[in-house]
Amino acid sequence: MEHIRTTKILHHHIGSVEKLALTTSGCPLVIQCKNFRIVHFIVPRERDCHDIYNSLLQLSKQAKYEDLYAFSYNPKQNDSERLRGWQLIDLAEEYKRMGVPNSNWQLSDANREYKICETYPRELYVPRIASKPIIVGSSKFRSKGRFPVLSYYHQNKEAAICRCSQPLSGFSARCLEDEHLLQAISKANPANRYMYVVDTRPKLNAIANRAAGKGYENEDNYSNIRFQFVGIENIHVMRSSLQKLLEVNGTKGLSVNDFYSGLESSGWLRHIKAVMDAAIFLAKAIMVENASVLVHCSDGWDRTSQVCSLGSLLLDSYYRTVKGFMVLIEKDWISFGHKFSERCGHLDGDPKEVSPVFTQFLECVWHLTEQFPQDFEFNEAFLLQIHEHIHSCQFGNFLGNCQKEREELKLKEKTYSLWPFLLDDQKKYLNPLYSSSSQKFAVLEPNTASFNFKFWRNMYHQFDRTLHPRESVCNIIMNMNEQNKQLEKEIEDLESKINKCKNEQIDGVLTKELLHPVHPESPIIKTSLCFKEQTLLPVNDTLRTIEGSNPADNRYSEYAEEFSKSEPAVVSLEYGVARMTC
Amino acid sequence: MEFAELIKTPRVDNVVLHRPFYPAVEGTLCLTGHHLILSSRQDNTEELWLLHSNIDAIDKRFVGPLGTIIIKCKDFRIIQLDIPGMEECLNIASSIEALSTLDSITLMYPFFYRPMFEVIEDGWHSFLPEQEFELYSSATSDWRLSYVNKEFAVCPSYPPIVIVPKSIDDEALRKVATFRHGGRFPVLSYYHKKNGMVIMRSGQPLTGTNGRRCKEDEKLINATLRAGKRGYIIDTRSLNVAQQARAKGGGFEQEAHYPQWRRIHKSIERYHILQESLVKLVEACNDQTHNMDRWLSKLESSNWLTHIKEILTTACLVAQCIDREGASILIHGTEGTDSTLQVTSLAQIILEPRSRTIRGFEALIEREWLQAGHPFQQRCAQSAYCSSKQKWESPVFLLFLDCVWQILRQFPCSFEFNENFLIMLFEHAYASQFGTFLGNNESERCKLKLQQKTMSLWSWVNRPSELSKVTNPLFEANSLVIWPSVAPQSLQLWEGIFLRWNRSSKYLDEAYEEMVNIIEYNKELQAKVNLLRRQLAELETKDGVQESP
Repeated sequence: MEHIRTTKILHHHIGSVEKLALTTSGCPLVIQCKNFRIVHFIVPRERDCHDIYNSLLQLSKQAKYEDLYAFSYNPKQNDSERLRGWQLIDLAEEYKRMGVPNSNWQLSDANREYKICETYPRELYVPRIASKPIIVGSSKFRSKGRFPVLSYYHQNKEAAICRCSQPLSGFSARCLEDEHLLQAISKANPANRYMYVVDTRPKLNAIANRAAGKGYENEDNYSNIRFQFVGIENIHVMRSSLQKLLEVNGTKGLSVNDFYSGLESSGWLRHIKAVMDAAIFLAKAIMVENASVLVHCSDGWDRTSQVCSLGSLLLDSYYRTVKGFMVLIEKDWISFGHKFSERCGHLDGDPKEVSPVFTQFLECVWHLTEQFPQDFEFNEAFLLQIHEHIHSCQFGNFLGNCQKEREELKLKEKTYSLWPFLLDDQKKYLNPLYSSSSQKFAVLEPNTASFNFKFWRNMYHQFDRTLHPRESVCNIIMNMNEQNKQLEKEIEDLESKINKCKNEQIDGVLTKELLHPVHPESPIIKTSLCFKEQTLLPVNDTLRTIEGSNPADNRYSEYAEEFSKSEPAVVSLEYGVARMTC
Repeated sequence: MEFAELIKTPRVDNVVLHRPFYPAVEGTLCLTGHHLILSSRQDNTEELWLLHSNIDAIDKRFVGPLGTIIIKCKDFRIIQLDIPGMEECLNIASSIEALSTLDSITLMYPFFYRPMFEVIEDGWHSFLPEQEFELYSSATSDWRLSYVNKEFAVCPSYPPIVIVPKSIDDEALRKVATFRHGGRFPVLSYYHKKNGMVIMRSGQPLTGTNGRRCKEDEKLINATLRAGKRGYIIDTRSLNVAQQARAKGGGFEQEAHYPQWRRIHKSIERYHILQESLVKLVEACNDQTHNMDRWLSKLESSNWLTHIKEILTTACLVAQCIDREGASILIHGTEGTDSTLQVTSLAQIILEPRSRTIRGFEALIEREWLQAGHPFQQRCAQSAYCSSKQKWESPVFLLFLDCVWQILRQFPCSFEFNENFLIMLFEHAYASQFGTFLGNNESERCKLKLQQKTMSLWSWVNRPSELSKVTNPLFEANSLVIWPSVAPQSLQLWEGIFLRWNRSSKYLDEAYEEMVNIIEYNKELQAKVNLLRRQLAELETKDGVQESP
């Protein structure tokens, strides 16, 4: 039986293309995608393979933003629909929800024209007592001008998570305005006199930065700060860590021991745990000590974004909802200038700027959903879908590296926002076990003993179906929830019909009874009724495509090859379209 | 009674109990012949009721007059008792040590246990070999029941009744028994109704160094092949190990003498290697302070998941031969009582839907483990904390349960039972009030008169109140063969067993409850809709009847 299956790969998802040595059946072409899909093609003719290879190389690396998919993607919406899509997430609204501005925090117009910091958003919240000269002074003392601003305000505790970049302290430099600004943040918290300054870098890295005129806060110069390193590695370490992880996973016939030693030597889970531990530090500082926290790394747009967003998510249940999670990403990642385009390699640029920082954030959230299966409104598919789109360049949200750049690109006019599309599809992304009854400030206290961290198979092997459970509990429960709603509706309908029927009959009986009374349970009626229990809505069947799968997929033994000679996928070129026929 | 002399101090007051996830409690400690009991005096409730036979090891230490006993259980739980008074502490410790290592089986708790529940069905008669055979005999007439081992004389570790090829008479079986390790001649383990292929199991052939052969043995296993068909012999040892076995009189089937069979060697570990693996794994899981690198390297070096993968892979290979290649299988290792049974039973889980039901799984345990002569008494004598290191102690059965759990994880709707069922079987295999897992084989169980003197685990489990705890709410019968993934990325640490006492499962349990609620609610709604539809139809018909005359 021959059937044609089409595999679609977005050019932007292509991470690398590799041509392997010619074989008897043709020329193998391996495409590694940024969403961790790996596709092997065998192109019968070498010349075709070479052509495909070159085309893909060019198509996957664009030089200008305007050539990215988002600028040509057309979901057939009019301008007002598109604009409404962009307005779905309103950060001013979000700060209001947090409870700012208030008597201690205010909106600053210092960066309204991006004059102080190009990579920050226009609207920033700072302590009310911090005057503009103090802000300007502090920004000159911070890398890239990223001075301390509010990231999250905890209304109950009146404590704040603030973020910034490293101070330009060198070995001894100090800045009175910066010291004042930190003191202002401290004072904005009436419940606690001291605040934490969390440097998310390993101590050694921070010390090394001093030689370059950067560094970290000297506790002696700042009053009432408690300084803390949390030791998250930099983007280069993270990039090569993921690289190693993927190499291990790509190994054919991987043994358990090679998998675990590879997992260990990649350091990936160690890094994930470090990010999680840092976020927990934040949550504890606020919950237990009522203390505000200022977080920074070097530039304050990678590790700082991870830790601030994850810390807020632990503290505030709103961020664990579908909409709230979008808001969180818009706030701590997009608006505060996480360099999505560079980190995801949207354009042909410096490969050393690429790093899976945001992927790590999503993975941390996934670990939390595993430990707290009822506290998140969204499911794993939601996280995977967001990950898909940070690389797809289909929507405008993740293009560019900061708000200023996005405005210059006129993304809101020329592209669409991802969020309304995800919301429209919300059903797919809902966690059926979510219990919304949890309080706004129900803080999550994850267990970070090492054994809690597992390899996220559904992310890194998304497309290797044979490795997945063959039956998805989440899907079944999701469908059942859906079915329950339909059933509830049907019950309502039936009940009202029955009532109507009964009323009509009572009327009827009343009039007829005078003539000849009828026993309600007359045998004639009983025998005339013949019912079959109907099986209702076969919802499960659609999802329970229980397979047997193919035993050859699983490589049970070297003998398996002898049993089932699996043909390699062969590509035929038709009308310039590469088709993989299996 | 004899226990009295072992219990020097039967009762101590003001003992403090520490255990995972509960606040410490103070109470009175009592020792009985079979239990360690701690009752807190306030509300007179028992806080702890622990079988001595569940105790794997104890440590004691003293700080001044306060003694502390740390009790490590076979189910991997660790509890601590603070006992005031050095003498009391020493007495208690020595009593626990003596009572938890009683030599005589007849002194074990199952011989004293009186059930407090109504026995609906006597589990000792739930899975009779004759009944099990009937399931096959409707599909094939090539097999028969043999009573050749009625007196346990032909094979001491086989049950009195076995299934063999019809064309082979008992005389031939006796001869074959002399050619197979432990007298374990090839018998039927599983019949695949779909295509008539079979799994047989046996002990290794006693070929020795000079290549001894046995015509009856060759005839027996050839009798299971269809004309022109080849079969596979799966030796659960590596070729090297199998060759070494020849020096001790064992060996493997020579191609020359079994031309219709192709031999495949798979390497499944046994004995102390598995035991050491368990010890290392439990040690790694119990230390919460491990950093990530250390944890991963400990998990790796325990090799536990490697063993899981080896066993599962072999079982899948067997299933593949049967279902996809249409070839029959003979499986053996050395004795045929350990890795052989892991493979035959897992292959059935993969191939046969019935073995994924509660009763079917019980029948499988009964057939492929208890009747088949897995020496439970020896293998489960000690668990992960014991230092005695006897060769025969080995977590063979736990590995099997873990493999089942792995398949259950991958096919969460295809099993009638849930994880709790597997955990319960693990617990009872190591320490139980029931007689089911006592003894090493049917012959021993017969001599112990377990059927008369003890209660069967199945009598207790197969009651509605217990069944409801182990029933998988997601179950929907799946008549297909289920092929699990054996890639390392698909295998997981069985947290329900190994992290059970190391982290709270509160949120996971609550989520499970919620899932059950949704499913129950769905059933309720379906029933209600059906009822209402009927009512409506009834009303409408009534209308019709009334209006029509």
